[in-house]
Amino acid sequence: MALNAKIPAGPLKDKWQNYLAKTRIVNPANRKKLDVIVVGGGLSGGGAAASLAELGYNVKVFFFQDSARRSHSVAAQGGVNAAKNYKNDGDNIYRMFYDTIKGGDFRSREANVYRMAEVSVDLIDHMVAQGVPFGREYGGYLSNRSFGGVLVSRTFYARGQTGQQLLLATYQAMMKQVKVGKLKQYNRHEILDIVLVNGKARGIIARNLDTGEISRHAAHAVVFGTGGFGKIFYLSTLAMNSNGSANWRAHKKGAYFANPSWTQIHPTALPQSGEHQSKLTLMSESLRNDGRIWVPKNKDEQRSPGDIPDEDRDYYLERRYPAFGNLVPRDVASRAAKERMDAGYGVGSLKNAVYLDFKTAIERLGEDTIKERYGNLFTMYEKITAINAYKEPMKISPAAHFSMGGLWVDYELQTSIPGLFAVGEANFADHGANRLGANSLLQASVDGNFILPNTISNYLADDIRTGSISTDTPEFDDAEKAVKDQVEKLLAIKGTMPVDQIHRRLGKIMFKEVAMSRNEKGMIWAIEEIRKLRKEFWENAAISGDEKGPNSELEKAGRLADYLEIAELMTVDALNRKESCGAHFREDYQTEDGEAMRDDKNYMYSSAWEWENGKEWKEHKEPLEFTEVTPTVRSYK
Amino acid sequence: MKLTLKIWRQDNAKTKGKLVSYDLSDLSSDMSFLEMLDVLNEQLAVKGERVVEFDHDCREGICGQCSLVINGQAHGPEGHYTTCQTHLRSFKDGETLYVEPFRANAFPVIRDLKVDRTSMDRIIQSGGYISSFTGMAPEANSTPIHHDIAESAFDSAACIGCGACVATCKNSSAALFVSAKVGHLAKLPQGQVERMERVIAMVTTHDDEGFGSCTHTGACAMVCPQEVQLLDIARMNFEYNRAVCLVKD
Ligand SMILES: Cc1cc2nc3c(=O)[nH]c(=O)nc-3n(C[C@H](O)[C@H](O)[C@H](O)COP(=O)(O)OP(=O)(O)OC[C@H]3O[C@@H](n4cnc5c(N)ncnc54)[C@H](O)[C@@H]3O)c2cc1C
Ligand code: SF4
Ligand code: FES
Repeated sequence: MALNAKIPAGPLKDKWQNYLAKTRIVNPANRKKLDVIVVGGGLSGGGAAASLAELGYNVKVFFFQDSARRSHSVAAQGGVNAAKNYKNDGDNIYRMFYDTIKGGDFRSREANVYRMAEVSVDLIDHMVAQGVPFGREYGGYLSNRSFGGVLVSRTFYARGQTGQQLLLATYQAMMKQVKVGKLKQYNRHEILDIVLVNGKARGIIARNLDTGEISRHAAHAVVFGTGGFGKIFYLSTLAMNSNGSANWRAHKKGAYFANPSWTQIHPTALPQSGEHQSKLTLMSESLRNDGRIWVPKNKDEQRSPGDIPDEDRDYYLERRYPAFGNLVPRDVASRAAKERMDAGYGVGSLKNAVYLDFKTAIERLGEDTIKERYGNLFTMYEKITAINAYKEPMKISPAAHFSMGGLWVDYELQTSIPGLFAVGEANFADHGANRLGANSLLQASVDGNFILPNTISNYLADDIRTGSISTDTPEFDDAEKAVKDQVEKLLAIKGTMPVDQIHRRLGKIMFKEVAMSRNEKGMIWAIEEIRKLRKEFWENAAISGDEKGPNSELEKAGRLADYLEIAELMTVDALNRKESCGAHFREDYQTEDGEAMRDDKNYMYSSAWEWENGKEWKEHKEPLEFTEVTPTVRSYK
Repeated sequence: MKLTLKIWRQDNAKTKGKLVSYDLSDLSSDMSFLEMLDVLNEQLAVKGERVVEFDHDCREGICGQCSLVINGQAHGPEGHYTTCQTHLRSFKDGETLYVEPFRANAFPVIRDLKVDRTSMDRIIQSGGYISSFTGMAPEANSTPIHHDIAESAFDSAACIGCGACVATCKNSSAALFVSAKVGHLAKLPQGQVERMERVIAMVTTHDDEGFGSCTHTGACAMVCPQEVQLLDIARMNFEYNRAVCLVKD
């Protein structure tokens, strides 16, 4: 199938309005004849579920947590961007669009990015109306802060819990629709397959995680707001149960996977403290506004950080990037940390961290100001490490954080399977090869609340006479059987290697070769290792218990089985792109002083991989055309 | 370090449960409590035994999915921590720890340490929202909100819906949880229109779901990981009385 992004005609700034003016909408009286399944109760899925229910469609929403309020959007700390220009600092939609395109290293789809910036303005209004207690100035008006990679203040925040507050607003809107009967929620349900009827997405197969029951659900359209798959690295800032399974199963049924290898590695997470570690907690990027990053100049430094004088410290970001210093974009900061750690200058007992130091800021601004700005982060740091960061520098380390890649979608957010839509982190397009801070809460929220509800109608308009979709068909029989067979197969392995151990090993391979810096030899090795590990998993994974009732080992194993396949596609994608762009840094494609070398002539496209016969993938290319901007070399020096 | 765990094992809500003892050694004090349970579960899985089921997701204290009563204290010994933030350095080498689910009539056990907290969702469904549909909102800065009021609304809104307040309360009351939402929305101008219906509906649902009444022992505020204040309960009672009087008028 050829890729058609369906970008509306006309000047960039008019595209979305032109689209809205011409797209088909469904008569309110007909909406109650149409069923929509939403997978995901986070900002994107939850926003879509609530908004579609408000419009009058019959909506079912599925998520694996016990309540939608726990979806991983809840963990976002720093803030959400919007081009309100409340600061009078020269911000507008175009500037936000440009910053995002540049931040993404000219690898995103122009029309989508512009639309995101355009709709950002409405999102803040919407969230305030829902009761989000954003930070305010003393005059009572909304306050803003600035975030990495930009020169204006356009980030709205609710202390260090912005994601939580946006998600609670979204969750509450959902709960209202549950109460009025337009939305039915299925908590603790995991989607294990989608069902295609005559080539269209018409339903899903779900497993109830409490009872083990497998059920069928049909609808006229299916929306995935399933989040990111960064947990593939095992150690990441994602939640323990975050997964790529729904997307992967859809991929195997025909949905193209775009730019799968583009993973954001966040520079400021807590380092791993030992083999047992299960999660890397993020420390918000906002800390880099006042914290200075350094490592000792001496490899065998034994002194505690407070005793090391300035002349023995290497403030390597300030040294390498004098213009942006500690505020360089995430990919640059992470890579620079890795460079120092690989060279043997890492700190901490595992030498896997760098210092983030507030000493200068506390001297300049006083401890109270720092406390007011970052108090909750310092408390969180102390809860985890038992270290008081007002007295001693924090130890931080890069961690897998965000999937820029995801299911390929067109301008209407429809995947290459008709009737299957993807919103939020599950799709691709808006962030290119590197996401700017505070743009992702935005993208997830606007996809769900403002964009999808207006584009899905164009698809559903064809279905007003279809009648309800039956689950009693051979297509549902087959899909259900495949899911049941897989569960049986997993339980039959009865091996001796714990699932988490295999996942940790997968994570190590991926973090070593398919993360911050990549090279051909390493990735060829990685593919071999992934295949071996996959074989070992299917021969020797230790999965106890049965399929009836809760079985967390079975859940983890199902997710890992998919990760072991996704990992290979990620590596194939990274190997195939012989250039460096954004988070995708190829050691074999760098300048003499170690900066990224982009190749616009050959790689100005998004890859969209098609699953073929279970062994190989076919690459489709969506060329990226820039009409309003001229791609330049990103420089933060 | 070494620890002995006495863990509550129960097949489902209909069967009886019991404490089962497990000895763990070679633990590190840097481990989180849940990472220790991971270690135990790996050992059980290798032996082909059913693992201990427990709830968790974000493992950073914000999603509210983790629970557990450790040595009689909801979310463990530190107070204002979540279980996922609790580390083994809070315990002594060789100690015996009792690990139980969040117990309340309104939280039926699903298996082992997992409980069903959808009763809290139903309280929110009954009124814990502002009925503004997507697209209706006015310009955000058209309603200034005093800095301190926004901050105070945030303090209440910070509740993560974990249910520790219920698990720790001798009456199994969810008063702190309900008051956090009532307080959050009643403090903001946007929440005024539905203010009275909201508090009445939420308190009624709270009672119907089988949560107990609040007798102000204050135990909830001692464990709440977000430090939601007892004052919110007083405010909820005020809101409730005010609503009952005014609605009846
Ligand atoms: C620690 C952290 C901090 C962050 N900070 C910021 C920030 O400050 N600013 C910013 O803009 N962005 C931030 N981000 C990124 C941002 O939070 C996410 O990209 C965004 O919230 C994703 O929203 P979502 O709706 O797409 O997915 P999620 O909120 O992750 O929701 C996914 C949903 O899908 C469901 N689901 C997934 N798979 C299945 C399945 N197989 N079956 C059933 N249900 C399924 C889950 O239950 C869940 O409800 C941060 C991310 C992290 C991890
Ligand atoms: S009030 Fe506190 S203890 Fe109760 S549910 Fe909310 S966060 Fe948990
Ligand atoms: S696991 Fe999310 S709060 Fe503990």
